[in-house]
Amino acid sequence: MKTGTTPVAAGQQATPAAEPGAGNGRTRFAQRLWVVREIGIAAALGLLVLVTAIDSPGFLSAPSIRDVLLGASILVILAVGQTVVIVSRNIDLSVGSVLGLVAFATGKLFLAAPGTPIVLAILAGIGLGAVCGAINGVLVAAARVPALVITLGMLYVYRGVDHLWAKGQQINAADMPASFLSMGTSTLLGIPVLALIALAVVLVAGTYLHSYRSGRELYAIGSEPSAARLSGIPVGRRVFGAFVVCGGMAGLAGALYAARYGTIDATVGTGLELEVVAAAVVGGVAIFGGSGSVYGAALGALLLTTIGTSLAVLRIDPFWQQAVVGGLILAAIGLDRLLALRVANRLKGRSSHGA
Amino acid sequence: MKHFNLEAALDSDVAPLLKVRDVAKSFGAVAAVRGVSFGLYGGEAHALVGENGAGKSTIVKMLAGVHQPDAGAITIDGADVTLGGPAEAQAAGIAVIYQEPTLFPDLSVAENIFMGRQPRSRFGRIDHAAMKAATKRLFDRLGVRIDPDRPARGLSIADQQLVEIAKALSTDARILVMDEPTAALSGVEVERLFAVARTLCGQGAAVLFISHRFDEVFSLCQRVTVMRDGVWVATEPVADLTVDTLVRYMVGRDVSALYPKEDVEPGDVVLEVDGLSRHGVFERVGFSVRHGEIVALAGLVGAGRSEVVRAVFGIDRYDDGEVRVNGKRLPNGSPRAAMAAGIALVPEDRRQQGLVMELSIERNATLTRLGTLTRLGMLTGHGERNAAGDWAERLRVKYERLSDAVSTLSGGNQQKVVLAKWLATAPTVLIVDEPTRGIDVGTKAEVHRLLSGLAAQGVAVVMVSSELPEVLGMADRVLVMHEGRITAELDRDDATEEAVMFAATGEEAVA
Ligand SMILES: Nc1ncnc2c1ncn2[C@@H]1O[C@H](COP(=O)(O)OP(=O)(O)OP(=O)(O)O)[C@@H](O)[C@H]1O
Ligand SMILES: [Mg+2]
Repeated sequence: MKTGTTPVAAGQQATPAAEPGAGNGRTRFAQRLWVVREIGIAAALGLLVLVTAIDSPGFLSAPSIRDVLLGASILVILAVGQTVVIVSRNIDLSVGSVLGLVAFATGKLFLAAPGTPIVLAILAGIGLGAVCGAINGVLVAAARVPALVITLGMLYVYRGVDHLWAKGQQINAADMPASFLSMGTSTLLGIPVLALIALAVVLVAGTYLHSYRSGRELYAIGSEPSAARLSGIPVGRRVFGAFVVCGGMAGLAGALYAARYGTIDATVGTGLELEVVAAAVVGGVAIFGGSGSVYGAALGALLLTTIGTSLAVLRIDPFWQQAVVGGLILAAIGLDRLLALRVANRLKGRSSHGA
Repeated sequence: MKHFNLEAALDSDVAPLLKVRDVAKSFGAVAAVRGVSFGLYGGEAHALVGENGAGKSTIVKMLAGVHQPDAGAITIDGADVTLGGPAEAQAAGIAVIYQEPTLFPDLSVAENIFMGRQPRSRFGRIDHAAMKAATKRLFDRLGVRIDPDRPARGLSIADQQLVEIAKALSTDARILVMDEPTAALSGVEVERLFAVARTLCGQGAAVLFISHRFDEVFSLCQRVTVMRDGVWVATEPVADLTVDTLVRYMVGRDVSALYPKEDVEPGDVVLEVDGLSRHGVFERVGFSVRHGEIVALAGLVGAGRSEVVRAVFGIDRYDDGEVRVNGKRLPNGSPRAAMAAGIALVPEDRRQQGLVMELSIERNATLTRLGTLTRLGMLTGHGERNAAGDWAERLRVKYERLSDAVSTLSGGNQQKVVLAKWLATAPTVLIVDEPTRGIDVGTKAEVHRLLSGLAAQGVAVVMVSSELPEVLGMADRVLVMHEGRITAELDRDDATEEAVMFAATGEEAVA
């Protein structure tokens, strides 16, 4: 537009114009939706607990709650790692196999060196998992093939390694130190230690993704990879890092699995990856990256675990459990689409120009 | 403000801040840039002009570190540099506004601006409050009001461009490269951008500015470098140039009169819009268009023009009022019905709503797709395919092979493909939103001739345009919008620059 000859605003001072009230309200609404998203899962969880508790009040007893928390902890840790990968528009389907491999390795470690300090054993588990994650990360970065395909392949590779190593061997509780096994079930101030570890993982990862540059860059990459490249974000390095974190979390989960269940063979964790992805999706993590939080994913994991327990308590056919989980995933995806459309509509056509 | 003294800079042996020396870049068989050289002095605003596909954006991407030159060198402060990636270019003090917005739709506007450079507080944590405040300050400088907390998804193109500008300003770079930053902006915002750019130049920064609007080049820049078909043509002070010589440099020939609207005796009313309202966006908008008439919707960016035509076409719903074609009421919110009634809409956001970037030029030109909202993909018949090809030819789309992906075309040529596609549908009512945005001078005249020719054949044309000369040259009637309302309806004879601007800004804005 020709402006040279128009008197408008040429010398006008740029002034902050008053926000139009309506527009402002719309934006707040849009922001609130994301908070609501997590509240929604929490509400579903609360409802489920309530219904179950009305039917069988014992469900709310301390031991029963402890059981649910204990059962959810490992899934929560896996879901956190998975979220870090998914927000960057990738996926890691190998986590079940990595968990199995690390659980077996942990048992082997105690067999070989019974005196290994527990902390060291756990760190070794995280390390092994991180190595598996690093392999995934390198392959995803090097091959121009979607992570879905790569990690699907690695799912079988890690499982294969596990089988080769185990040769049908099973590790039993007797092979591991009692102090390690007791960590799997012990409590601190009435809360299972495993749940506390999971909580710490959630908080650390949540803070990282929300408040650190490299964490935010993962969202940027997932939101628009080409723009991320143009902004100078080291896309390859960040995605690699996400896979290492996810592998490390799977490793931690593997070590904790060994402590919790005590019996390990080469089939441990089979099929777990789908449950993990389901937890993240139900928790509002967008499968195409760019949005969602570890808090949501953790709630999703808790919800899925609780459904399992509740349906058992309510004596409902296990078949329905699968169906309910499936329904929840569809509902979550449907809800996300709906919210996205609503937000888009609310934000559209807002005037945002001072003139 | 200190003014850049060109002669002094050229005479003294001060090395330019940035120098591009004999750079070349090819994509496969396409030589996009062949041996281009120019220098940028601190304090200088330097324009880079050329036709669509001349290689301007390719130069920009080399400065941005996105592409590496096949030959030649880039020099900063007298030393050769290798810009291996965008991060290295940023570190070298180069900030780039790309031709296509590069935003993260899921993230907030503030994060989009500061991604990778977020202000930090203790323990390296991002200081979200400081980031928001900094964003507000940037927007104040640009005189923009966009909520820093809203997600970038759903921003209008003008707002996207403003966010990009804020992003580039936030880096405090010494070299600011802007690839058509003003394409979606109107006068007020352009002036504010220029004011900011002049301040930066006054502080010793260098600006490389790309635009297809010559008045902008002449008002902001001290020197111009012209490119044609990837080759350097000239670098001269603007003071020594006229628009005509510039055009001749660019096109290599004289370009005919810019706005040849033929006089047509208008026929019956085709399109009637009555009391159309969408809460908070536009209110009681009413107008009618006759066969053979070109009606322009003028106004500032954000006045609600695009929103009105989107509602007329049915992409967005309206709350009140009605739209009639040949006296028959159109259902609210149905682009399908609008198309069936003979309306075509060339949308404002052509890349997002008009093109499938990975598909070939040919497929895109024949794919009449109603934007992401309706997802009405349909392949048209063979005849129409030829028609689209013919239009592409007339609009001088510059391509290697019709089977190449649209993403390999230059920005302006992508625009032409969308235009060609819609022109090929032979509508009775053609709505075009910014018909010549991003399109070079030579083709601009051609687009105007096409529109005029369509009107002569009886097509009713509604044209949203932020370019006053285009509005004044093309329209039989001008409707001016201001903050969601039509504030003036001017006949061709009454439509002067002053009258339109007066109505577009609301009375109080005129000094
Ligand atoms: N990635 C690519 N692959 C193949 N060809 C490309 C690619 N990028 C650009 N080109 C070609 O290089 C030439 C120059 O393109 P460029 O984008 O630099 O033009 P431009 O001067 O910016 O034009 P416009 O004014 O339309 O933006 C064009 O012919 C284009 O088709
Ligand atoms: Mg370009």
